[in-house]
Amino acid sequence: METLIEFFSLQDPNIRYVLAGTILLGISAGALGCFAILRRRALVGDAVAHAILPGVCLAFIFAGGKDPFMLILGAFFFGLLSMVTMDFISRNSRIAPDASIGMVLSVFFGFGVVLLTFIQTTGFVDQSGLDDFLFGQAAAMVGDDVLVFGGLSAMILVVTIIVFKELKLVSFDPSFAQSIGYPVKRMEFLLALLMVLVITAGIQAVGVVLMASMLIIPAAAARYWTDSLRIMLLIAAGVGALSGVTGSFISYTAPAMPTGPWMVVSAAFVFFLSFLLAPGRGEIARYFQKRNFSHKVACENILKTLYSMEEEDGRTDRVRPGKELRKRRHLTGRTMKQVLSSLLRRKLITYYGGTPDGYMLTPAGRKEAKRLVRVHRLWEQYLSQHLQIAEDHVHEDAESMEHLITSEIEAQLRTSLGSPELDPHKSRIPYDTDESKPSGSAAEEDSKKSLAGKAGYKPGEKGKGGAS
Amino acid sequence: MSKNPAVMSTPDRASNPPLEVHDLTVAYDQKPVLWDIDFELPDGSLTAIVGPNGAGKSTLIKAAMGLIPASSGYTLIYGKPLDKQRQLVAYVPQRESVDWNFPISVMDVVLMGRYPHLRLFQRPRREDREIAMSVLAEMGMDAYHKRQISQLSGGQQQRVFLARALAQDANIYLLDEPLAGVDAATEEVIFTKMKELRDGGKAVVVVHHDLQSVPGNFDRAMLLNLRMVASGPVAEIFTDENLQKTYGGRLNILSQMIEESRQQRFVREADS
Amino acid sequence: MITSTGWIIITAILAATSCALVGTFLVLRKMSLMGDAISHAVLPGIVIAFLVTASRNTFPMLIGAGIFGLFTVWLTEELSKKGRIFHDASMGIVFTTLFAIGVIMISLFAANVDIDQECVLYGEIAYVPWDLWIWRGTNMGPRPVWILSMVLLINISFITLMYKELKTYSFSPQLAATLGLPVGLIHYGLMGTVSFTTIASFESVGAILVVALLIVPPATAYLLTDRLHRLLLLAVLFGITSAVGGYYMALWINSSIAGAIAVVNGIQFALVFILAPRYGLLGKKLGGRRVSKSEPESISHPEPKDIRETLP
Repeated sequence: METLIEFFSLQDPNIRYVLAGTILLGISAGALGCFAILRRRALVGDAVAHAILPGVCLAFIFAGGKDPFMLILGAFFFGLLSMVTMDFISRNSRIAPDASIGMVLSVFFGFGVVLLTFIQTTGFVDQSGLDDFLFGQAAAMVGDDVLVFGGLSAMILVVTIIVFKELKLVSFDPSFAQSIGYPVKRMEFLLALLMVLVITAGIQAVGVVLMASMLIIPAAAARYWTDSLRIMLLIAAGVGALSGVTGSFISYTAPAMPTGPWMVVSAAFVFFLSFLLAPGRGEIARYFQKRNFSHKVACENILKTLYSMEEEDGRTDRVRPGKELRKRRHLTGRTMKQVLSSLLRRKLITYYGGTPDGYMLTPAGRKEAKRLVRVHRLWEQYLSQHLQIAEDHVHEDAESMEHLITSEIEAQLRTSLGSPELDPHKSRIPYDTDESKPSGSAAEEDSKKSLAGKAGYKPGEKGKGGAS
Repeated sequence: MSKNPAVMSTPDRASNPPLEVHDLTVAYDQKPVLWDIDFELPDGSLTAIVGPNGAGKSTLIKAAMGLIPASSGYTLIYGKPLDKQRQLVAYVPQRESVDWNFPISVMDVVLMGRYPHLRLFQRPRREDREIAMSVLAEMGMDAYHKRQISQLSGGQQQRVFLARALAQDANIYLLDEPLAGVDAATEEVIFTKMKELRDGGKAVVVVHHDLQSVPGNFDRAMLLNLRMVASGPVAEIFTDENLQKTYGGRLNILSQMIEESRQQRFVREADS
Repeated sequence: MITSTGWIIITAILAATSCALVGTFLVLRKMSLMGDAISHAVLPGIVIAFLVTASRNTFPMLIGAGIFGLFTVWLTEELSKKGRIFHDASMGIVFTTLFAIGVIMISLFAANVDIDQECVLYGEIAYVPWDLWIWRGTNMGPRPVWILSMVLLINISFITLMYKELKTYSFSPQLAATLGLPVGLIHYGLMGTVSFTTIASFESVGAILVVALLIVPPATAYLLTDRLHRLLLLAVLFGITSAVGGYYMALWINSSIAGAIAVVNGIQFALVFILAPRYGLLGKKLGGRRVSKSEPESISHPEPKDIRETLP
């Protein structure tokens, strides 16, 4: 606790530098990383980060020591050179992009290692700082470093904001961008330039080996929370900044701990949480969506079963034993219990405790059951009439479609088929003749709501076909 | 009418065809994929590019638009080089060419069609949003403008792409397989829209995979197989000889197909 | 008696040969970066093996690393599928995180773990002659040579036994699946051999050089031939020349051997990239002129394959 206060009081100028540096890096790498992963260039960043090593070493040799400006120059030059090389190889030969990424990564890095050992054996006086570039050492950052690297990050952010619209277009649909005369090549080069810059800025804190993760992980985590590129950029920047703070804090409390790897691990932790928890896209949300849907299907099937029992003997006043329902639907006891209690709660069925004890449809339940049977039969009719599918093949498809057809699509089916009386199996299609508006029951509203959020079914594809 | 200033101020419109491509050859790794293509298109025309798989149909419009490098050849738009006239051309790429999971909304995609009317770095204006909404409405997609594009069906995605082209407010429309894998309703919307554009005096070129539906829907066609086998009004160039040249040994299946479609149309007409 | 120079060169050649053999399939399957991912991601496995056995015993390390190698492959695929992210991003997330965890573990147990992070990156092949295997009091020669020979043997038998299957699989996994080949077995078999090769090699040559040896020689060979068996032979050849050349270059400029081998690999590739008769820059220039002179004979039906390559 004490260290926490000490850390966040920012009394120590060193903490201020380190924090400012890592946060700026996290923000710019996170934002730019969005473009990298969306353009499927995630690992290009990895190669560039490794390829920077010889640049750092050469700068070291020429400057005779650690000079932030020279280092950036050297790193930037080699970063750009590696980008151009990768692009040139995959453009001008049959080598696939992934192989050219791997080649550039390993060969440039190998060259860097050669230079590194050269420096070590030649015995430069001040070679201590050089190893930090492999894994990063944010704690070693001093005022000058932060000014240079931080300034770089800020510049990257400003440029990204100015050219946001263009970057979006070029990332989404480059051939369209080219067709309207956009300077796609120059835009891609700008993006490459920004990426090299951000990696250059990042090596001090995270090191060449792990730099790629600061581009990839925050962006990938952000994708779970939004469908808007702008917001994705903001979230990724936030995740990046957060992991910067966490990394610096941990290495502050335990000085033996490296900042870079902790930044990566904290970003990965946020990613993992997003993967699990994000609404809509997260694993947990999707698990519940799946469960809710199968629950809904089970409920609807019970209603349908009750309705078809009524159809069979033509009586709406009979109590139907639970045993028989279970036999017809092949449900386990537990699911059956859940489904029946949910239907009871929504007042779609009622329970009679006499002998035999059992269930009956309420008027609302009957209406919903009718609707289900109706859309099932309408769909069968549509399949056999418009798509010439044999009568004995339509049932299964309709069995799953009945749970997905919205009142919109139902209306279209009815216009297209002219509200037929019989389905292909010559069963009557039940309509709500007593009511002018077919929709409106509570259950239907409910099912519509749950469908609206689902991306799985696309109304335009099959349903709208009915309008033709 | 058109709010596109370039459209209004083109002096040579009367004398020059909207689109002419000359001498176009595209080779890849020493193998030609398009050989010496020449064609012109008149205003107010609806042209299908047809040919067997791998005949270079998509390559043709991509190369004509300068999207892939050509070994030789050039494109003129109303008699002027393409690069000065890009504002007059709307290109619709194949649907598979983009990542539909990209975090972007339907509205954003259509707004991209307004970019040629905006300066670099300029944000879309209210006017652009209004135009985008109205073209979405034309394609029957206005209700979906806030949706993320992955939540659309294939047909709806294609409509969004077409809406983007409409938002460009161009004179020439080049569409790459707009009818591949779309539902019947979308097919109808797209055909209607293409005919509307033609009737409005635009030149529309469509890479098309379905030979059967060419005679009923297009007025011109290009039969392509590495070279231009024939180009002109459908009624004139859809001869057995030309089709044989284009499709080679596959003609047997082909004539069967056409025969079938004739019968079907006959049945349908008899029914109604 | 083999000199220490001899042992170093033998080690480098063994590593280069093993890597070139499995790397060829990685390059063909467009999974080159899996080698990169595995070579980084095995670090936690090595550290755990070290902690458990409290020694630098090789076999527990191989096992620990092997588990993490396959785990990386599996996790990358699962994450890509379930998390709906592109394969490359998923790979990037998995291996950088695992590597970061490995580095943290090293700093955490620095007192007990005698692993140098830098050695993991660029190996210590120069110490191979002194890393001896003493078996029942007899000096059997350097340990890495034994391990690499064993891995080479595994790789050769795997490729010989599964040659037909691997060929089909690397051409098209879908085709292999429709032909009823055990695609899962081939895939994980290949990934398993990649893991073992990576781990066995990187102990002596380091993570990054493993990547160089896995990808560069096969890619170089790929510019010279279309036949799989020639591709394998050429890749091995380029791997061996780079190993020998790299050693002498390192000796000459007094630098890291692993780094020098990577550089020689780069030089070899650059030369072939420029000079290759058919797929090289010059070859294409000359061939390009040929195309404008000769008209295609007749209206042929271009294979779909050519077209797919044209369209980005």
